[in-house]
Amino acid sequence: MSNILLEMKNITKTFPGVKALNKVNLKVQEGEIHALMGENGAGKSTLMKVLSGVYPYGSYEGEILFSNQLCQFKEISDSESKGIVIIHQELALIPQLSIAENIFLGNEQAKRGIINWYETDRETLKLLKMVGLTENPSTLAGTIGVGKQQLVEIAKALSKKVKLLILDEPTAALNEEDSDNLLNLLLQLKEQGLTSIIISHKLNEIIKVADAITILRDGQTIETLYMNQDEITEERIIKGMVGRDLTQRYPSRVPNIGDTFFEVKDWTVYHPTQQNRLIIDQVSFHINKGEIVGIAGLMGAGRTELAMSIFGESYGIKKSGQIIKDNKPIQVKSISAAINAGIAYVSEDRKEYGLILINDIKRNITLANLKSISKYFVVNDHQELLDAEHFRERLKIKTPSVHQLTGNLSGGNQQKVVLSKWIYAKPDILFLDEPTRGIDVGAKYEIYTIINELANEGKGILVISSELPELLGICDRIYVMNEGRFTGEVTREEASQELLMKFMTKGRVEHA
Amino acid sequence: MLESIKTILKSNVRQYGMFIALVLIMLLFEIITDGTLMKPLNITNLVLQNSYILILAIGMLLVIITGHIDLSVGSVAAFVGAVSAIMMVKYNVPVILAIILSLAIGALVGAWQGFWVAYVKIPAFIVTLAGMLLFRGLTMLVLNGQSVAPFPESFRAISTGFISDINHNGTLHLVTIILGIILSLALILFEWRKARIDKTYQLASTPLPVKIAKLAILIFTINYFSYIFASYKGLPNIFILLFALIAIYSFVMKKTVMGRHVYALGGNEKAAKLSGVKTKKMTFWVFVNMGVLSALAGLVFSARLNAATPKAGVNFELDAIAAAFIGGASATGGVGTVIGAIVGGLVMGVMNNGMSLVGLGIDYQQGIKGLVLLSAVAFDLYNKNKSSH
Repeated sequence: MSNILLEMKNITKTFPGVKALNKVNLKVQEGEIHALMGENGAGKSTLMKVLSGVYPYGSYEGEILFSNQLCQFKEISDSESKGIVIIHQELALIPQLSIAENIFLGNEQAKRGIINWYETDRETLKLLKMVGLTENPSTLAGTIGVGKQQLVEIAKALSKKVKLLILDEPTAALNEEDSDNLLNLLLQLKEQGLTSIIISHKLNEIIKVADAITILRDGQTIETLYMNQDEITEERIIKGMVGRDLTQRYPSRVPNIGDTFFEVKDWTVYHPTQQNRLIIDQVSFHINKGEIVGIAGLMGAGRTELAMSIFGESYGIKKSGQIIKDNKPIQVKSISAAINAGIAYVSEDRKEYGLILINDIKRNITLANLKSISKYFVVNDHQELLDAEHFRERLKIKTPSVHQLTGNLSGGNQQKVVLSKWIYAKPDILFLDEPTRGIDVGAKYEIYTIINELANEGKGILVISSELPELLGICDRIYVMNEGRFTGEVTREEASQELLMKFMTKGRVEHA
Repeated sequence: MLESIKTILKSNVRQYGMFIALVLIMLLFEIITDGTLMKPLNITNLVLQNSYILILAIGMLLVIITGHIDLSVGSVAAFVGAVSAIMMVKYNVPVILAIILSLAIGALVGAWQGFWVAYVKIPAFIVTLAGMLLFRGLTMLVLNGQSVAPFPESFRAISTGFISDINHNGTLHLVTIILGIILSLALILFEWRKARIDKTYQLASTPLPVKIAKLAILIFTINYFSYIFASYKGLPNIFILLFALIAIYSFVMKKTVMGRHVYALGGNEKAAKLSGVKTKKMTFWVFVNMGVLSALAGLVFSARLNAATPKAGVNFELDAIAAAFIGGASATGGVGTVIGAIVGGLVMGVMNNGMSLVGLGIDYQQGIKGLVLLSAVAFDLYNKNKSSH
């Protein structure tokens, strides 16, 4: 059991101007699940790219030993041929191809270039069974859920005779049920002798499955903790990651809640293409000044759809409902009307819907409110630069300059840019959809602090989150949503994970 | 100090790369042709020959920034040229009125295509491919398959006339020289103002020596060319029109809210939409704009040819697209500059002109142009990759 499968010694990788990795060491034993943890930008992904050959031998210093052999990978196929397979955060399945075609893509079951489909399907069935899927091999990959797609990715890895499986944030896009499923599969595969490295920000998951945890900080190895030797708690890991005791995960705040100034009444929305499908069913809610309100719910409950349909009807077809702001009914038929009415929506998917990755930070920040720095439609570049600098300091965006392209920033910093953009639009109401998804603990704390500041300025905040502790930690009041309806409303005092969970699943059976 | 000059050069390679390439190509042909390239007559011809492609390249750049393409511009230019010929030659419509009507027709054509692309969401490649066939067909129909000529003299002046001079005694065109000097002074004033604003906003400005060097090169170039034009007949009318278009479109794309919205739309349509950019409306208007500029190019071309022909404007779209890409526009949208597209168009124009002067056959010319397009984009991509790693 204690054979060392992988050893990375003194890995140093420099980019122009930055030392991304500085003499990093990593030792992975055969048959264990090894967690790699660290804040965004700590060097986890870079280390894995060095290991898998994305950064070829020669572009870094140090040694990689795999099964006691010195490895000098020049490209990904070199590492794959040794049995090192990496599954990236963004799934790499091709939606228009079938499950079987995806699994054997680049590794076709073929003789002289002619594919043996019988063999392909048979092998696929075997692999799917191993990961606990009962899907038909000819089902298109795009038609199954994200959770199942993740399992197909693992099946694909298994087909390559994998010895070391690397998973980068495998559960980031999954709901609780699918996450559990995936983690159990990892434990099962471990029983069968598979070694894996898992990168994740979800502490509870890591504690559940990992045998060893290596913590990176600022491109350096801080420590490796072993489950059977050290006493491991979430606090212990966080301390290693941020380099100090983070006694509080959520910044404290004294709520200063004012009058109700934003109300939504009987909001009913239908699906944009299937016009008989009810997505939001007579939802009513209100937000007070200076209040942080949460919406809990399972995936597919309709939370994002609710927020987007209110934000300038950017989702679905509205059938009925009224928005009342400052005691006056308002019309928000377009996104620009919503912005003018003082509503902002921060999307859950910052790369797809939040940022223009090929543009720099300052342009992204000012995009939703260019009129504030323009006169006769002419933009004042100088003012823009100053305003962007102001946000860089206020929100602690870690970047050498606001001329940096947002595509080059880490997730936490990207989220801060999106937040800056919407704060810059000077809204009264902010809808924050999964504001801390895929962000490390340190940056999360900073985002919560920003949210608190906004509330203290008297803005109304609506937070949509799949992480119940987060909602419990920052919200004054939580609505619970299920199947397009509000099934409960709980105050900060009475809220608990159990109670929220009860409401989140309420009404499910009746409808099934 | 040396290090900082190095980094400045490095970071500007992409910005000025094609500009340097243009200078090198001009030098090359200047040497090969024993100085014929830079002769006043030839430089004047170069501008006249390429004016309509440059006009199209400006419109095409905007279309490409939004992530679309327009294959119909050649046919649209021919169609508008044909309609204008019918109006002016057959029905004696006054020139000014005919021009206004022609531009309006261009706008309508653009609106037609913009509607399908922006609101019905049919890929622009297909919509404009259809437009290419449709408007070529309409051109033949309008002209009945024959050329229509000649145009009134005042109309032809767009493409063949020169700005007037104060006295014709000297060998040099004085107004041209004066315009060159005025422009130089304006540039100095502009830079000075910018430096002052930088100071009041307490922003780090470009180091002074770099600024002066840049300004000196620009002023030398401007006055050198105004001297060349002045030694022939002065500035062509079409040059003034082109200059105005470049200035206006550069300003709009760089400095205005509209320009920002076009770049944002091309960079990430979904994110732009959720930030309040009216993406459909924007796309629609970019195509309307392309229609108007196609019409303008059609008029300029007809005026130069002094005839509207069924075969006018064939392959114009390809030259305009090539100009935009050589000038650094990205095929995936969101990237590109007006000045880049113009430089791209000039690279193609100088190559055409130079190779013709050398007496290279059309077969070699086509092939070489193809390779230039490919290597320009490859060079751009290489630089992009280098800067991102």
